Parts: sequence; structure tokens; C-alpha cells
Amino acid sequence: MTNTSRREGLLVQTGLKPARTQVVVGLGSCGIAAGGQKVRSALSEAIERKALPIQLRETGCVGMCYREVLVDVFDPQGKRFTYGNVTPERVERLVTDHFESGRPVRDWLVRSPEEPLADDSFFAKQKRIVLRNCGIINPESLAEYRARDGYQALEKVLRQMKPEEVIQAVRDSGLRGRGGAGFPTGLKWQFARGAKGEKKYLICNGDEGDPGAFMDRSVLEGDPHTVIEGMLIAAYGIGADEGYLYVRAEYPLAVRRLRKAIADATMAGFLGEHILGSMLTACGSKFSFQLHVKEGAGAFVCGEETALMASIEGQRGMPRLRPPFPATSGLWGKPTNINNVETYANVPWILLHGPQAFADLGTQKSKGSKVFALAGKIARGGLVEVPMGITIGEVIFEIGGGIKDGRAFKAVQMGGPSGGCIPASLADTMIDYESVTQTGAIMGSGGMVVLDETACMVEIARFFLDFTQKESCGKCTFCRIGTKRMLEILTRITQGQGQEGDIELLYDLADKIKTSSLCGLGQTAPNPVLTTLRYFREEYEAHIREKRCPAHYCRKLLVYRIDSDLCTGCTACTHACPTQAISGVVKQPHLIDQTRCIQCGSCVAKCRFDAVKTQ
Amino acid sequence: MSQSRKKPKKSSATREETEAGILGAILTKYVGTAGAVIPILQESQEALGCLRPQTIETLALGIGVPASQIYGVVTFYSQFRLTPIGKHLCKVCHGTACHVSGATEVGEAILDQLHVDEGGTTADGRFTVQSVACLGCCSLAPVMMIDEETHGRLTPDRARKVLREV
Repeated sequence: MTNTSRREGLLVQTGLKPARTQVVVGLGSCGIAAGGQKVRSALSEAIERKALPIQLRETGCVGMCYREVLVDVFDPQGKRFTYGNVTPERVERLVTDHFESGRPVRDWLVRSPEEPLADDSFFAKQKRIVLRNCGIINPESLAEYRARDGYQALEKVLRQMKPEEVIQAVRDSGLRGRGGAGFPTGLKWQFARGAKGEKKYLICNGDEGDPGAFMDRSVLEGDPHTVIEGMLIAAYGIGADEGYLYVRAEYPLAVRRLRKAIADATMAGFLGEHILGSMLTACGSKFSFQLHVKEGAGAFVCGEETALMASIEGQRGMPRLRPPFPATSGLWGKPTNINNVETYANVPWILLHGPQAFADLGTQKSKGSKVFALAGKIARGGLVEVPMGITIGEVIFEIGGGIKDGRAFKAVQMGGPSGGCIPASLADTMIDYESVTQTGAIMGSGGMVVLDETACMVEIARFFLDFTQKESCGKCTFCRIGTKRMLEILTRITQGQGQEGDIELLYDLADKIKTSSLCGLGQTAPNPVLTTLRYFREEYEAHIREKRCPAHYCRKLLVYRIDSDLCTGCTACTHACPTQAISGVVKQPHLIDQTRCIQCGSCVAKCRFDAVKTQ
Repeated sequence: MSQSRKKPKKSSATREETEAGILGAILTKYVGTAGAVIPILQESQEALGCLRPQTIETLALGIGVPASQIYGVVTFYSQFRLTPIGKHLCKVCHGTACHVSGATEVGEAILDQLHVDEGGTTADGRFTVQSVACLGCCSLAPVMMIDEETHGRLTPDRARKVLREV
């Protein structure tokens, strides 16, 4: 069989090129959370009951999380119709109208081969390399992965390339670490290859801890084989025969799918002893690689490479001084290469399409594409992959559809607790490692939390400090105690007890924490404070000097009043108020006694008529 | 981690015997595996619900390291618990996306509804409420997870309703 006809056969066999109608339900974590399993059951029940000639399949996340639950319908000609916001109640009409009568339900379509729809712009500017299979293949099917050129890059590498050539190709592609720091991947591999030692390890860092980031989860859940193939190529390049995939404990679905993928790949001869049978590789020997999954146990700092390795060794996940770098002395003292999930997921594509195809994308120093998780006050929250060099504004407005509920764009938080807030005025900033760093934020692993005018920037800074302060491992004094003091100051400011000199004190502490912490957690912990001070200093000053929160967020700085036109006198708020500050007669507008009000907000939460207003 | 686990037996003598058996089986599985402390603790907690001082002593003996070292690992990682939890574990997400979408109000409503403090267990032992940093369902914010099921797009009222229906 020729390669093409083998591929065609696989495509039909796996349903990626349907011979009959295919219905595919998106069952990533977000799809399941939105009720994907119930939709799947309803579809399955209806198809069975009516004995329809339809194959029901499942897939990972395509990225349109804002439209979950998503259902794709492929007709026998291969045309793809995508339905969004599918509920079990909507299934019946889908079945009768579309599956039985061939009339797509236009009102519920989000993508259609027959007409342009508003959601098309979500995909127009994307370039999907890492996510090329996510939302298309069944992540639990090796056959479907193979039908999309899966493990072709590995075969090519083992048959035709020497390890040095693999490393050179990755260097030529310009790929940089996608975990956030952006170190050139090929160079890292070269260090590990050059390190002395027989035994070498390879680690994939899937300890995605940044709140507001879910890129790695989606890749691991949606296309686990890509990550495994990328690791295999890297292992061949550096000369490692054993590896670990370290995944966050909070991602049980990813762990389950990875374990299945590893078992399937081992069965098929892509993993384990003597990969691809008894074949001699281009360097004249046999290649073996053992891969283990390690579940994290809930510690943010384990995303730091030396802490992660300590955790694999079964110790407390505390970072250590570098050098020695993992490339020379890593896991159990052996040379170790460690990359992020997304970095490895890029590798098969690069080897298959050539480094130049990757290097053609992006800017001078940042090549290829980057996956971002869009969340917060954005109209279309989800997972996107864009070419480097695109602007922040393009991602938020053209792909993300702008801000929810027609509010104004205020800032975007990039890089999680290590990153910073980029204000709306810098929306033209290009997305590449250097440009983002210039703003004071960092590229980070790819979380983009969009903030609108209702967000208080002091409170956002306090939120991140609260996070890093809790997650600090406690090894370095300034990280352990300095973050605590910064948090106390920020909490005071948001509660109306800010003092003159607080801002200077924050700067002083920030500088000391950054310069005297061992690892990235401490070195970057002050960034959210520093960037909000840089771009929104007037908000800090309003809190401190005027005891006013310009965004009307900080409760302690608000004055609560009841709008007598809206109040119906239902008395719900009087019962909710813990200090009996609200009085009034039934069916008459009520009043709040400002001397007794403790600004707890209970009345706002209780009022069903939106009658409690804040100033 | 999954919260489905075997209920501890009522009689303490039986419980100790059962526990020794369970731990023995787990320890045997990892004999000769380097760096197995964390998976051993994860499986032990899964089977027993929490890691009591006695459990830690037994595991330390089995692994061959001081109990203090095991205790150090247990207290470092947020996944491990020294005390039992309620029948249902309610994890309220306070990640960035949830935070800016009203997680504070949702969290308060949950604590208020269950009459419990953050991290605590209800008097009837039905619920334990925990704040977590990020459940990774940011586009459905704010979210909470009850046992293995995620509930998204919450409001204080919806959260109360979900709890009533558990």
C-alpha cells in the first residue's frame, strides 16, 4: 500500500474522513463541566432509538470554550457543521432536522461550510501547530493520531537523522521554551547532549499552576500523543532513555488519557524497548525510551524545574541554587532535560515540516506560534493559538470578540502570578518574548486574563500576592516574609487603611524580594504589584489618600444606599444585614444607617430588585 | 483526587488490621521504585481518606525513612490531609478568572449556606469546603467542583441551588 492510500484508509477507518454521517462531541474538561456527557448520552440514546446510520465519536477541546457544549456534525461528503451551546433538550431537534432530514438547524450553528458566521473570526487569525489535532481527533485513539501524520516525525528522525541533526533542526527553527522564560530549546538540548554521563533523563513539565491558564491541560487532554512524540524526539536528540511526565494532580482527565496513550504507544512499538522494532537508527544503534507519569500533589512551586525534580524524587518540592543546571546535574544527579508541554508539542510538527516552516512564522527573535488561554471579562473565552508577532489587541478584539457585556477594556493580566497587568493603552504591543517583557509583564505560559473597568487594580495585585505568599515554599527569607508584608500592606490599602509611604515601602520590598530569592517564584512575585503601580498608580493613591476605590470594587471603601424608586420594601435586606443597619416598613422603601453599616455587601447580594447602590 | 474511598470500619481493632493490610499492599507495589513516597502517600490517602499519625508511622517504617521526613512531605503538598473530610468535598475555585467573575461572593454564599468556615466540615459531616487556586475551567468562571463534578457559570443563588441538590 502506498503511503497516501494507507493514510486514506486510516482516515476512513477512524472516521476522520467519514463514509457516513459522524457526530462528534467535545469532551475536554470544560466540555464535560458544561454538560458534555449528558449531551453525549442524549445523542447516543436518540441515535440508537431511531436506529440512525450515524457514528458517535468524541474529541478534546477545540478552544471555543465560550460555546460549550460543542457538537460537530460531519456529513458523508466531509462537510463540517459545528453546533454551540448544545443541551440535552436541543438534541431531539438536531436529530430530527439535521440527522434525519438533512436540514441543519441554522440558529444553533456556530460554524458552517455553507455560510460565513460570526464565530469564524475566532479562527481567522489563528495558526494551529500545537493545537493542530485538538478538537479534531479522539485523544484516546492512537489510530486517529496516526491518521493525522502521528509518529511520522519520529520515524523520519530515527531513520534519517543523527541526534546532532535533530538538535540542529530545533535550533534552526528558533523554538523557545513555552513555559514562560523563553530559553532556546535547541540550545538546552545541546547542553544536555554534551553533558557527561551514561544515564540521562527527560522531563515534561505539566505542572500548570498559574491561575487562569489551561493550555497544557487542553493539549494533554486533547492530543496526548503529540507530547509523547515530542518527548521521544527530544530523548533521541539528547540521548536519554527514561523520562517523566509531571502532571498537576488537579488534572485527573489528562492523567487518565496520558496513561492510555502511553500504554497504546508502547503496544504499537513507539515506546519502550527497541522502538520501531529491531530497526537500527540513523546513528547505528537501537533506541529505547521508558516514560512514566508522575502526578503532582498540589504545590505551585513545583513548576520550577529544580523543585519539580525534588518532587519526582519524593521530597518536599523546594527549589535549589542553580548552577549546577539540570542539563549537567538534574534528576538523581544525572543530566536532565526539562521542557514544558507546549514546547514538546511543537517538536513533531517542526521535524515533519522542516525548521524553516516554523521559523517563517513570528518575529525576528520569537518564532512560531503561541497558545493562549483567554479568560476573564472577554466575550469569547477559550483556547487560541496565534502566530508570534500578533498584537495583544488583535487577540482580544478580533479573536476574543472584545469585552463581555459591552464594557470597556482596562487591562490584560499576562503571565499569571509572575506576570503583570498590561494596560489598554499598550494594546498594540506585539506578542513576542522581548516586547511583552518590556511592559513589565512576561510572556509566561500563556494565561491571558482580561479585565474590564470594574476591576480594581490594587485588588488584583493583592489577589496575586495572596497567591504567591501562600505558595512560597519558605526557603528564602524575603520571599517567605517579604511577600507576607507586601500582602498586608495591599490588604490595608484595599480596606481603606492605606498610609502615606505605603507605595515606597512596596517598591522597597519588591526590589529586595526580586534580588534575594533563589527561584522564579520569588524573583517574579512582585511583578503584579510593580506593573499595576507603573500603569495605575493613581488608583493606589485614590485608595490611600481619598479612601476611594475608583473601580467601585473594594467593599470597605464603598457607601451603600437604597434607591427608593427601586426598593419594594420586601425586607429581605433587613434580615440579611448582620448589624441591623437597615430599617423600614414593609412595602415601603428602606434606609441604611451609615453609622452602623459595616460594608459587608450582604444586602446587595440579597436584593432581588437591584435597589442597593454603591458609591 | 478522587474522593471515592472505602469507609473506615467502626471497630478500631478491625480498622487497624484493615489499614495495615491496605498499606502493606501499597508498599509492596512500590518496592524498589525510586522516589515513590508521593505516589504511596496519594494511594494511601485515597484508600483511607486521610493520613493519620499512625498511618504516617507505618509508611515510614515500610519505606525505611524517618517519620519526620514523611511528615515533611505530607505538610508541604496541599493535596495531603491529616484529618478526615466530609462525605462530599466542595472545592471553590479562586483562580484569577473566577476571582474577577465573582468567586468571592459565590464562596461566601456557600459558606453561609452550609454554616461552615473555609476549610471546615459541616456539623453533619456531609460537606467539606475548600478554596483552591485554579481548577482550569476558566472559561466557565466562576466554578466549583463537588467531588468529581464541575459546576460552572455560578452565581451565589446557583451555587446554593447546586448544594441543595447534592
